[in-house]
Amino acid sequence: MPEIRISHPQTQPEADSTPPQAPTGALVQEHSAIRRHLLGRGNSAVADGVFKALMVLCALSIFAIVALIAWELIQRSQLSWHAFGFKFFYKTYIDPTTGLPSYWDPVNNYFSALPFVYGTLVSSLLSLLLAVPLSIGVAVFLTEMCPGFLRGPLAFLTELLAAIPSIIYGLWAVFVLVPLLREYVNPVLVKTFGWSGFFSDDNPTGLGYFASAVILAVMILPIISSLTREVMTAVPHSQREAVLALGATRWEMIRMGVLRNARIGIVGAVILGLGRALGETMAVTMVIGNTPQISRSLLATGSSMASVIANEFTEAVSDMHLSALIEIGLALFIVTIIVNATARLLVWAVTRGAPATQR
Amino acid sequence: MQWKGIAKKVQKEFQFRTRLRWLVDKSATSLAVLSTILVIVPLAAIFIYLIIKGASSLNVDFFTKIPKPVGESGGGMANAIVGSVTLLAIASLIGVPVGIGGGVFLAEFGRGTKLADAVRFTADVLNGVPSIVMGLAAYALIVVPQHHFSALAGGVALGIMMIPTICRTTEEMLLMVPHSVREAALGLGVPNWRSVLSITVKTASPGIITGCMLAFARVAGETAPLIFTALGNDFWSTSLNEPIAALPLQIWIYAQSPYDDWHRLAWGGSLVLIILIVVAVSLVRFVTSRGVLKGTS
Repeated sequence: MPEIRISHPQTQPEADSTPPQAPTGALVQEHSAIRRHLLGRGNSAVADGVFKALMVLCALSIFAIVALIAWELIQRSQLSWHAFGFKFFYKTYIDPTTGLPSYWDPVNNYFSALPFVYGTLVSSLLSLLLAVPLSIGVAVFLTEMCPGFLRGPLAFLTELLAAIPSIIYGLWAVFVLVPLLREYVNPVLVKTFGWSGFFSDDNPTGLGYFASAVILAVMILPIISSLTREVMTAVPHSQREAVLALGATRWEMIRMGVLRNARIGIVGAVILGLGRALGETMAVTMVIGNTPQISRSLLATGSSMASVIANEFTEAVSDMHLSALIEIGLALFIVTIIVNATARLLVWAVTRGAPATQR
Repeated sequence: MQWKGIAKKVQKEFQFRTRLRWLVDKSATSLAVLSTILVIVPLAAIFIYLIIKGASSLNVDFFTKIPKPVGESGGGMANAIVGSVTLLAIASLIGVPVGIGGGVFLAEFGRGTKLADAVRFTADVLNGVPSIVMGLAAYALIVVPQHHFSALAGGVALGIMMIPTICRTTEEMLLMVPHSVREAALGLGVPNWRSVLSITVKTASPGIITGCMLAFARVAGETAPLIFTALGNDFWSTSLNEPIAALPLQIWIYAQSPYDDWHRLAWGGSLVLIILIVVAVSLVRFVTSRGVLKGTS
């Protein structure tokens, strides 16, 4: 039985407690007690209007925040935008003394975001590659195979994994994951895949793109898997039953009945994970190595868009340096907004029309 | 004669296929189980490591002393804890009222309207904006005009980050309140604003409070927006106009240092943070799954 906890509002105590006396002078144009009470209380339209306006204002403030962020970032990045234009994102400079390509030199005052864009793309795409199969596996297990008593705790654990702050992931990565990769994983990768050129053996620290991709994968796994789970539970049961009725095994049922119907939503979940990975700052900053360079090897150190901001902003040497960093932030803002908007639309497309929940 | 041969062949083929499908089914199942285990392992590793490392460094000094200069052992993170509390207080002052207001609008006034859809969408997108960008915005908005780093700027950055989360959870909780409750209130002649505040919001308040706690816990662990707003401080500071220390910031600084003693403090700080977060998440789960609201839904 529904138990509704209502605290009784003590709004009209006096009038209602004393029963209204019957009007004595019946024919005189006199309002009844209730009516008089109601009239005396005044009209609540004004209060209602003000309240509603306040709530609308709160809601509109969300738009205002987005606009304000965009405006401030655009204002503060004018300097580097005028100096470098769109070349900021792809130009390669040549260092005159060494003859090597150089991208980011606050001392000589030239800036190119190319290595950071590259670092962000490489680390986040690699992390998707690691995380997507695993998270779909987890989602499949949790929705279709898991015995009931395990489902609650496991879902709780993945939720918890999503709530751990990135600084703690970073701390763990620096002291546990990176030594582990350096001692055991990287030598194996170099030995087996060294011929491809993507895994070269010239970075003894263990920091770099690969380490940051691994920690990013751990961080985005829960996000992707919980959204995938949501999308998969939204697939109507009749689809599953139809496939099973044709004599399919469980895996065939999952593949044909569930995954195929949920694929748009799963793509949305993956893109949402990508958005998280692109903007992730602290954990990446701690393990990527922070060198403004581009290298083919995934085991080399690099730098990402977010990590360069976190690392250099407080020590920026000139206005141009600050402005260049803010322009990187602006690019990050625009990219993540586009990525997130796409993902939300895809997830909504699947979950909106679906029946709310089913056991 | 011929028919019999074909029948046998078909039967063999059928048996083979059935076995193959059985095999594929079982291997897919085991892959799913394997990936779940692979996901649980790092979580368990992080937790065990945190507890072992963190518990050994937590003591009374940790909560009462400020950091010692380099080279001296001992010291604690009292100033960082106080700083975090200050920052979170500012953030809640901004984030909680605006977030709840937005949620009330979405659930009570804007149902089904285009504006509500747009607000919901923008809130979700804002939720995905990297925290470092929020820090940049707060820097440009407050630190630049003020010409110095301050606790206020850090608090504002965190407060902005709380708004979308609180807005969406408030909406979800309010939607759980059945219509009959609202109708009963309105039927008694209670003005709409009163019915929303003291009936609907009050009914959903356990959920809304835990939603706020969740946002609180998330924001408590944020480092990126504080690096160039609150900056960090090695000494006591309670002034809103000065740089202030914060737990995650201090963890970051200590983790990068080469000193074992500072690493120890970083682990201790992480343990404190994670306990806060685990408590908040479990509370949310308790309330939303089998808690007070269940009867009304």
